[in-house]
Amino acid sequence: MIQMQDLKKDFVVRVKAGRLRRKKRVVAAVDGVSLSIGRGEMVGYIGPNGAGKSTTLKMLTGVLTPSSGTVSVCGLTPVPQRTKLALRIGVVFGQRSQLWWDLPLRESFALLRHVYRVPPAEHAARLERCRELLDLDEFMETPVRQLSLGQRMRGELTAALLHGPEVLFLDEPTIGLDVVSKQAVRSFLAELGAAGDVTLVLTTHDLADIERLCERLVVIDHGRVVHDGSIEALHARYGSRRSLVADLAAPLPDGFTLPGATLAAVTANGHRVTFTLDSSTAGAAVAGLVAAVPVRDLSVVEPDIEDVVSRLYSER
Amino acid sequence: MAEFRAYVALGTAQIRSAASYRASFLVELFGNVGATVFDVLTVLVLFRATPAVGGFTLREAILIVGISSAGFALADMLVGNVDKLKTYVRTGTLDAVLVRPLPALPQLLLMDLPVRKALRVVFGFVVLGLAVAANDVAWTPARVLLIALAPLMAGVFFSAIFVTSASLAFWWVDSGEIGSAFTYGGRDFTSYPISVYGSWFRNLFAYAMGFGFVAYQPALTLLGRDDPLGLPSWTGFLSPLVALVAAVIAGVVWRSGIRHYRSTGS
Repeated sequence: MIQMQDLKKDFVVRVKAGRLRRKKRVVAAVDGVSLSIGRGEMVGYIGPNGAGKSTTLKMLTGVLTPSSGTVSVCGLTPVPQRTKLALRIGVVFGQRSQLWWDLPLRESFALLRHVYRVPPAEHAARLERCRELLDLDEFMETPVRQLSLGQRMRGELTAALLHGPEVLFLDEPTIGLDVVSKQAVRSFLAELGAAGDVTLVLTTHDLADIERLCERLVVIDHGRVVHDGSIEALHARYGSRRSLVADLAAPLPDGFTLPGATLAAVTANGHRVTFTLDSSTAGAAVAGLVAAVPVRDLSVVEPDIEDVVSRLYSER
Repeated sequence: MAEFRAYVALGTAQIRSAASYRASFLVELFGNVGATVFDVLTVLVLFRATPAVGGFTLREAILIVGISSAGFALADMLVGNVDKLKTYVRTGTLDAVLVRPLPALPQLLLMDLPVRKALRVVFGFVVLGLAVAANDVAWTPARVLLIALAPLMAGVFFSAIFVTSASLAFWWVDSGEIGSAFTYGGRDFTSYPISVYGSWFRNLFAYAMGFGFVAYQPALTLLGRDDPLGLPSWTGFLSPLVALVAAVIAGVVWRSGIRHYRSTGS
C-alpha cells in the first residue's frame, strides 16, 4: 500500500553570519527512509521532536516534494498525482484544520461531499456511522470556530473518512486532548482498524496511542529509522524486563537472592522490594519470595514503553 | 462537471462564511468602492492642472484609466486574494489545501473570494462605459470586439501578475509587500498614457513586461489615434496575446513554486 525507498528530504537553512551575510546549511529532515506498509496495517510512527515524522507524512501525502528517493502510495506517486491520490487517502493534521471555520460542522461535511465527489448515499452512511461512534450530534450545528479541541478533532476524523479512504494518515491526532477525548479517538481508531480495510499511519508523542492501536512501531530519529517492528521486539531489543513488586510483612533477610532475578530497589524501610525478572518466571520468583518472608501484597509490572523509547531517543 | 460542482460549493461556502459577519461585510462592500473612486479622482485632479498629459486629453486618458481599472478590479476580486499565500506558506496552512483532491490555486481563490469587492468591479466598468461614451469612437466590428476584450484581457493580465508575484512566497517566505510593487504599481503604470514615462522605464515596463499593451495600445486603437511613440495601430489587438503569455508564465511559476513549498515544522 505504501512503499518508500531511500526517501530523503533536505531543507536549506540560512543561518545569520554577520550583519548581512547569511550562511547556507543543508539539513536532512528525512535521511534515507525505506519502509513498506501493507494493506490494513496499523503503524505507529514515532520519534522525538524534529525527527522527521511530519516531513515523512507530508511526502507521503504529496504536500512536500522529496529531495531524492522514491515513494508510492496506493500505487501512485504523491506529488505529480496529488489530486488523484487525495481521493484515496484521508489526512488529519492535528494542528491544521480541514473544516470551514465559520460554518457549522454539518455544512463542512456537506461541502466535503462535493470536494471529494462522493455519492450521496455512501456519504450519508459513513457520516451516520461516525456520528454514532464519535457522538457528533450535540455539536453538528455549531460553527467550527466555537468547538472545543476535542469536538473539533472528532470532526476532523469524520472529515477525513467521509470519502472512504484506503489509507488514513494521522499526524498527532490526540495532541492537546483531554483523557476522555483521547479515549474516544483511540477507541474509534481501534474499531476502524479492526474492520481491516483501512491502512493507518499515525504519528504521536503519546505512546499510549501506539500501545492501544498499533502492532507495528517505527521509530525515527535524525531522519533515520532506528526501529521497525512490534512493541515486544522493541522491549526484547532493549532488554526491558518485567518486574515483581512485593510488600513484605518483615524486611528481607540479609543476603537473600532469587535465582534469575535481581533486586532492583528496597523502599519503605525494607518493607517494599522490587525485583527485575531476568530469566526467572514470575511464578518461580513469587514462590521463592513467599518461601523466605511473609508477603502482604505483590504485583507484576510490565515494562514501560516510555522508558524504552526515552532510552532510544537519548542514545544518539 | 463534478469538479465544477465542487468549485461552486467552495465558492458559496465562502459567501456564507463572509455573510456570517454581516455588518463588516456591508461596510467593506461599500468601503471598497472608495478605493477605485480614488484611482479615477487622481486622474481628474491631474487634468485640473494641465489640459493634456503626454499628448492626451482628459477624455482620452479616462478611456485608458477605464480599461485599466475595470480589468484590475476584476482581477483583484477574482484572484487578488492569492496575495494571502504568503501567510499560508508561513503558517503552513497550505498543507490542508494540498491534501484535497482539487488543484491548489482555484481552491485558494475560492476559499478567500472577496465578494465585498464586487461593487468595485461594477464601478470600474461604469467608468469604462462613461469613457467610451465620452469619446467619439468610430465603431467597426473590430473595435466592438476590442472594447469587449480589452478589459477582460486586462483582467487576465493583472491576474497573472497577482499569481506570479504571490508565488514569490514559495521561495522567499518574507517577501512582504514586494509583490504589490508589480500589482498595484502595474495598475498605476497602466492608468496613464505611457508617453509620460522616461524611455528606459517605459521600455522595461510597457514593452518588455507588456503593461503597455493592457490599456494604452487598445485605447489608441479604439480612438483611432496614431501612437506618439510610433507603434502601428494593430498593436492594440495584441492584448489577448500578451495576457495569454503572462498567464502561461504565471502558471509555470506557480507550479514550480508548489514543488518548492516547504511547509512548517509540524
